[in-house]
Amino acid sequence: MSLLSRQDVQRIAELARLELTSEELDLFTRQLGDILTYVEQIRALDTTGVEPTSQVLNRPVDRDDAPGATLTRAQLLGNAPDAAPEAGLFKVPRVIG
Amino acid sequence: MTQLRKGTRLRHGVGGQAGEPGAVAAVEQSLARLTQVEPQLSAFNTVMAERALDRARALDASAPIGPLHGVPVALKDNLCTAGVPTTASSKILSGFVPPYTATAVERLEAAGAIVIGKTNLDEFGMGSSTENSALGATRNPWDLTRTPGGSSGGSAAAVAARVVPIALGSDTGGSIRQPAGLCGIVGLKPTYGRVSRYGLLAFASSLDHIGPLTTTVADAAVAFSVIGGFDPRDSTSSSEPMPDLHAALTGDVNGLRIGVPRAFLGEGVDASVLEAFASALNVFAARGARIVDIDLPHAGHGIPIYYLICTAEASSNLARYDGVRYGHRTRLQKDDTLQHMYERTRDEGFGAEVKRRIMLGTYVLSAGYYDAYYLKAQQVRTLVRRDYDRAFETVDVVATPTTPTPAFKLGEKTSDPVQMYLNDIFTVSANLTGLPSISIPCGFASPALPIGLQLTGRLFDEATLLRAADAFQRDTTFHTNAPSLAEATEGKPLDA
Repeated sequence: MSLLSRQDVQRIAELARLELTSEELDLFTRQLGDILTYVEQIRALDTTGVEPTSQVLNRPVDRDDAPGATLTRAQLLGNAPDAAPEAGLFKVPRVIG
Repeated sequence: MTQLRKGTRLRHGVGGQAGEPGAVAAVEQSLARLTQVEPQLSAFNTVMAERALDRARALDASAPIGPLHGVPVALKDNLCTAGVPTTASSKILSGFVPPYTATAVERLEAAGAIVIGKTNLDEFGMGSSTENSALGATRNPWDLTRTPGGSSGGSAAAVAARVVPIALGSDTGGSIRQPAGLCGIVGLKPTYGRVSRYGLLAFASSLDHIGPLTTTVADAAVAFSVIGGFDPRDSTSSSEPMPDLHAALTGDVNGLRIGVPRAFLGEGVDASVLEAFASALNVFAARGARIVDIDLPHAGHGIPIYYLICTAEASSNLARYDGVRYGHRTRLQKDDTLQHMYERTRDEGFGAEVKRRIMLGTYVLSAGYYDAYYLKAQQVRTLVRRDYDRAFETVDVVATPTTPTPAFKLGEKTSDPVQMYLNDIFTVSANLTGLPSISIPCGFASPALPIGLQLTGRLFDEATLLRAADAFQRDTTFHTNAPSLAEATEGKPLDA
C-alpha cells in the first residue's frame, strides 16, 4: 500500500506553491511513495534521548547586528522580471482588490 | 599565499609542458581544448573567452599575483559571477545575472586564476549524473554513452578531458567526489565551514560544501589553500586556522592508521570496485600505513537520512524562486492572482527532480510528519557522527570506495529515483558529519572506466587527509591517464 494518496500529493503541491499537471501528480504519487517506503527503515532505530543534529558547527552562527555595505537598490531590481525602478518597487499581480 | 611545492604540477594539466607558458598562451590552449571536446561532452553552460583573454593579457603584464597566476579554471554554474549569467542549470534562473561574485571565486581570481567558463550540473545540484539539467546532459569523457556522475559533472568532465587543471564544484551528498571518481580525477570536499558559501546558490545549507576538482592531490591542495579560510560574509564560515599544506604533503604515511568499515562494503558493490579498493589498501600498506577494521553501524542509514534532511532544507531554500525578484516568471494571464503567478512560475521553472525534492521536503516538514521524518533523521544524523567520532579514536583516516560501481549509462537510472540515490551510499556520510573527504583515482574497470578511492579525515584535519592522498599518487599512475578523447586532439590552435 502506498504511503501517500493522490490527494496528499495535491495538498503538498499546494503548500509548495507548485501547480502540477495531472501526469506529474500521478508520477509523484508513485515516486514519493517509493521514496517514503525506502526511508521507513530509519523509523525502527532507537533514538530515545538522542540530540538532533541540525548543523555540525559547535558554535552559534549569529553575527553582530552591525550595518555594512550592501548591494544597491538598482542592482537588486536589475534582475526583476517586472519592476518600477524609479519607485524602487518589484511589480506583481494585484493582491488587494 | 605560499607556493606549495616547487614546480607545482598545475601547468602540466593544461599543456603537458613543463616551464611557464604565459597566461595568454595557457588560456588560448585551454579554450582550444574546450572547442575540441565540448561538442562531445556538453560540459559548459557558458564560455567566457573574451573576458578570460583580457584578464590573461593583464596578468602577463603584471608581476605574479599569487600561486595560480595565469591558471585557467572552470566554475560550476551554481557559483555567482558578477556580470556573467549563473543558471544552476535551471530554467527558473533564466536571465539571471548576479550583481556579485562568490567568495571562493574572488579568492581564486585574487590568486591569479582565470575563469574560462561555467560548467553544467544537475539542476541546483540535485542529482548524481548531470542528467537533471535544463541544458541537457554532460557526457563522461571516458565513454560518451555514460554519465560523468554529478552533480558537478561538467566540472569533472572538463578537468578529466584536460580543458582546465582546476574546476570548482559543490558537494551536498557527494557531488564533487562522485563525479571525480567516475571521471578518474581528484575531488576534495573540505571540512564544513572551511570554504565560504557566500555566492553559492543554496541547496541544503547544513550539507552544502565548495571544493576543487583537479588531476593531482597537490593541485587540489593549492586550490584549497587559496579558497579556504574565514569569510565574514558566510555566517557558517569557520575561523579555524588553515593547515600548512606545504608542510603536510611529505609522502610519509608510515604508521598512519587507515580504517576500513568492512561490513559497509558488502552488497551492491561491483567486483571491479572491490578489487581496485583492495589493491589501493596494499599501496598504503607498502608505505608503512596500518589497515584497521572499523565499524560504522549507522553509515548504512546515510541515504535515507540524507534525503530527508536535504529535501527539507531544499524546500525552504528554493522557496525564494517565485518569479518576483529574479529569473523566470510565467506569462501572466488576465485575472491571474499572485498565487497563480507563484505556482505556474515554479511549475514551469523547475525540473522534475527539483520538484520531487521540494515536494518530499515540504511533506517531511509538514504538521504531523515533522517528528516522524525530519526530527528522526536529525537524531540518526547524530548517531552517524558518533560512529565516526568513535572510529577516529583508533584510526586517522577512513577508506571506502567512492561509488559502488563505475560510471553508469546515460538514462540507466533516470526513471527510478531510489536507484539513483543509492549511488551516494559512500559519499553522504561526510556531508552529514561535515568531515573532510577526498576521492582519488585508484584503478580502472574493464573496459576503461575509472574507479575512485574515498578517504575521509577528522574535522579540520585536511593536512592528514591530503598527505595520505598525495602519498598514494606518488606510488601510482592512475591519475596520469587521460581519456583517449584527450590524447587524440592535442594542441590545435584556437579557431579565428
